Amino acid sequence: MTSLTVNGIQRQVAADPGTPLLWVLREELRLTGAKYGCGVAACGACTVHVDGEAVRACATPVSAVAGKAVVTIEGLPGGENNPLVKAWIAEQTPQCGYCQSGQIMSAAALLRKTPRPSRQEIVDAMDGNLCRCGAYNQIIASIERASREG
Amino acid sequence: MSDRMTAPVATPSSGPSRRGVLAGAAGLSFAFGLSLDTTGRALAQAGGVVNAYIRIMPDGAITIYAPVPEMGQATNTAIPLIIAEELDADWSKVKVETAPVAAAYNHPVFRAQFVVASLSTRAYWMPVRTAGAQARRVLLDAAAARWGVPASELTTEPSVVVHAASGRRLGYGEIASFATVPNPLPEIKPENLKPPASFRLIGKDVARWDVPLKATGKAVYAIDVQVPGMAHAVLARAPVMGGGPASHNGDEVRRMPGVVAVVALANGVAVVAERIEQALAGRAALKVEWSAAPASGYDSAAGLQKYLADARDATRLGIVGRKTGEVAPALAAAARVVSGEYTTDYVYHAQMEPLTCVASVRPDGVEIWAGTQWPTKVQEDAARIAGVALDKVKVNMQPMGGGYGRRAQTEYASEAVEVSKAIGRPVKLMATREDDVINAHCRPMTAHRIDVGLDETGKVTAWRHRLAADLVVVQVYGQARLDAQKGVDHIVMAHADVPLYDVPNHQAEHIYEDSGVRTAAWRGIGAGPNAFAVEAMVDDLARLAGQDPVAYRLALLKEPRARAVVQAAAQMSDWSRKRDGAALGFAFARLGVPQLGESLAGAVVETVLDQASGKLRVARIWCAVDVGLPVQPRNIAQQVEGSLIWGVSSAIKEQIVFKGGAVQQRNYTDYEVLRMSETPEINVRVMRSGDIPLPVGELGLAAVTPAISNAVLAMTGKRLRNAPFTAERVMAALKA
Repeated sequence: MTSLTVNGIQRQVAADPGTPLLWVLREELRLTGAKYGCGVAACGACTVHVDGEAVRACATPVSAVAGKAVVTIEGLPGGENNPLVKAWIAEQTPQCGYCQSGQIMSAAALLRKTPRPSRQEIVDAMDGNLCRCGAYNQIIASIERASREG
Repeated sequence: MSDRMTAPVATPSSGPSRRGVLAGAAGLSFAFGLSLDTTGRALAQAGGVVNAYIRIMPDGAITIYAPVPEMGQATNTAIPLIIAEELDADWSKVKVETAPVAAAYNHPVFRAQFVVASLSTRAYWMPVRTAGAQARRVLLDAAAARWGVPASELTTEPSVVVHAASGRRLGYGEIASFATVPNPLPEIKPENLKPPASFRLIGKDVARWDVPLKATGKAVYAIDVQVPGMAHAVLARAPVMGGGPASHNGDEVRRMPGVVAVVALANGVAVVAERIEQALAGRAALKVEWSAAPASGYDSAAGLQKYLADARDATRLGIVGRKTGEVAPALAAAARVVSGEYTTDYVYHAQMEPLTCVASVRPDGVEIWAGTQWPTKVQEDAARIAGVALDKVKVNMQPMGGGYGRRAQTEYASEAVEVSKAIGRPVKLMATREDDVINAHCRPMTAHRIDVGLDETGKVTAWRHRLAADLVVVQVYGQARLDAQKGVDHIVMAHADVPLYDVPNHQAEHIYEDSGVRTAAWRGIGAGPNAFAVEAMVDDLARLAGQDPVAYRLALLKEPRARAVVQAAAQMSDWSRKRDGAALGFAFARLGVPQLGESLAGAVVETVLDQASGKLRVARIWCAVDVGLPVQPRNIAQQVEGSLIWGVSSAIKEQIVFKGGAVQQRNYTDYEVLRMSETPEINVRVMRSGDIPLPVGELGLAAVTPAISNAVLAMTGKRLRNAPFTAERVMAALKA
């Protein structure tokens, strides 16, 4: 059993220690906001926070987060009132929506460190998150809005 | 019958009332058939069902069923909005639910629940307006009877019937508490519909109801579904189409922790385990020897040279799509013939949710949770595989994590049904990204040859476009469909013709290739490659004539709508202003079919070229689109923007290579799609013409590749003829 904190709650999970955190979150803890896209940390759809840092859950063994604090989109403070979520809704950003949890978690990590990012800082921080529908400009606008209206 | 109405509400589409993960859903009754005919019954006793699309409850709550599978195109808001418009409903009281899979919701043209060709809003437009107006009429008639006044004296405000003469008002909910559904339902004629000038919702930007779900991780895609007793399966598919497992080490894999079965299918081997990570471990350990297949010797690099030779061989007549006049004598009589050759490589959809389906096969029926563009086909195939009647197959339409044409092919759902049937348990069959890429169904590689005849004055008299490519229609619809179309593959041939340019004799031909690899409709279908060839050729002609590319197009285009988008894009981009270190390229594109109306786009692409490395970057795009009646203007702009980004991505990056008949790429690491840092600034102007909504979801894509090539031509005098325009290819073109 591995012990970790997920969205503020202490959890014991049965998965083998080498199991990617993503599968533990999605299938064992039934937190399906983080998505599987590539399995090799190449698309960002699985992004969650570990001790406040954005990490790719698909390439992080659960053993590596033992005793650490994991936050998923379901645990993002404020829910629909979170500034980023509000901005995402105001800009009507998602199309298919599949990548958006990962986008928002990457954006949340950015804004924690850099509350007023420049456009270039946004692009640098978000460049590992793919959006196949091509909502990139709306994602940038959403982050700028959240930063402004936060 | 109201209990039967509860079933669709309990299905796990991502409606506002959904839980994040489904538990307990596998025990659902199969008696889910929606009672859509409530005629002669009191509305309050009929679950509020007025017709297949609309429920109105005594508390005023209105439910509208969205019939079209949702993949990000937002017709799950647009179509209910059109219904609400004609119903004159208070949108704030409307809840949208994903419709069940049932004939009542069939696409009016395709006769199935099926989303392709950007034709949902266009095709459902009149039927759903009629459904909305019919429900409004039921409410008006009931209020008129209650008040003892002629219905003609009544009007509606949002969700309220008003009798202005007496000042009386009745909310829709109040009416629903006493109204009877008439038998027959009132007939609505086109002249009974709202005049567009009085639309309150159509043409306004109404927030999409699924956005909050998608911005909070609550939307339930097929990959998120869990049902009790469910096992996890991963399928190793034959890398070459038509191959199958000759032998495999399934006996060893079967002994691995958690593995419950290894199931051989005709086209692959599935590892089934209690947990996903166990299934993945089994998949990694699985070794399969594949049988030979027709394409086992196919190499796409060599194939491209063959295609080009075939396209060039003018003695070989291809299957003729549309034609005007007689192209051969016109070419023979031309004072001058100008030719161009262009190619495009195979491209993969790269939808971010790998193909996934949950299936539960039981003796009494089948239940399926799938993100699919063709749920009707999923249902039919499942019934056949499981050996049950069609009405014993329930298909839950989950939102798709991207469709773009790939999920119009539904083999992954059939495979899930086969595996569930084999193991006697519900199963989630998920493709790894690597398996998704290996099993890529590509937009086919193409080679184009265009011969243009000019008279002594330089006027275009003949245009012959020969296109060599694999067939797509056969793989999506079957051979019978191709035969019925007299061999014309409308997916491959889309917009290979030039009907809006003033060309008296033109002909587009398809030279069939048979490479034996998997093909599919891919966003924009054949228009992507075909418009590249056509619009590059137009720019070559303009250059030859010493004319500005926009002025040259305007001289060739007579259709006012086409001229309008060309002029608008030129104006938006300040076309005639020179850019430092960058160049502009223009292209024109169409979307749709003439019978239902075509939407049009003009696009200007600002391209930056590093001549030392050959690396291209698109800095800005201006795009003007005429979409007929814009139902949701902001969403239309976003769809077009996404389409343009697909255009950039496929023009400069995307490339699938086949060797030995197998895809050589494996993941986003070697099949790269456009990233944020590569995304241009985009300006879209949505223009209205007429009162009918025209196709949107793929509009603009086809203009990008030629516009980039045209920009590089303007900058360097060199033509990029082979997409994608990788740095290597650009360098080769610059040195040519």
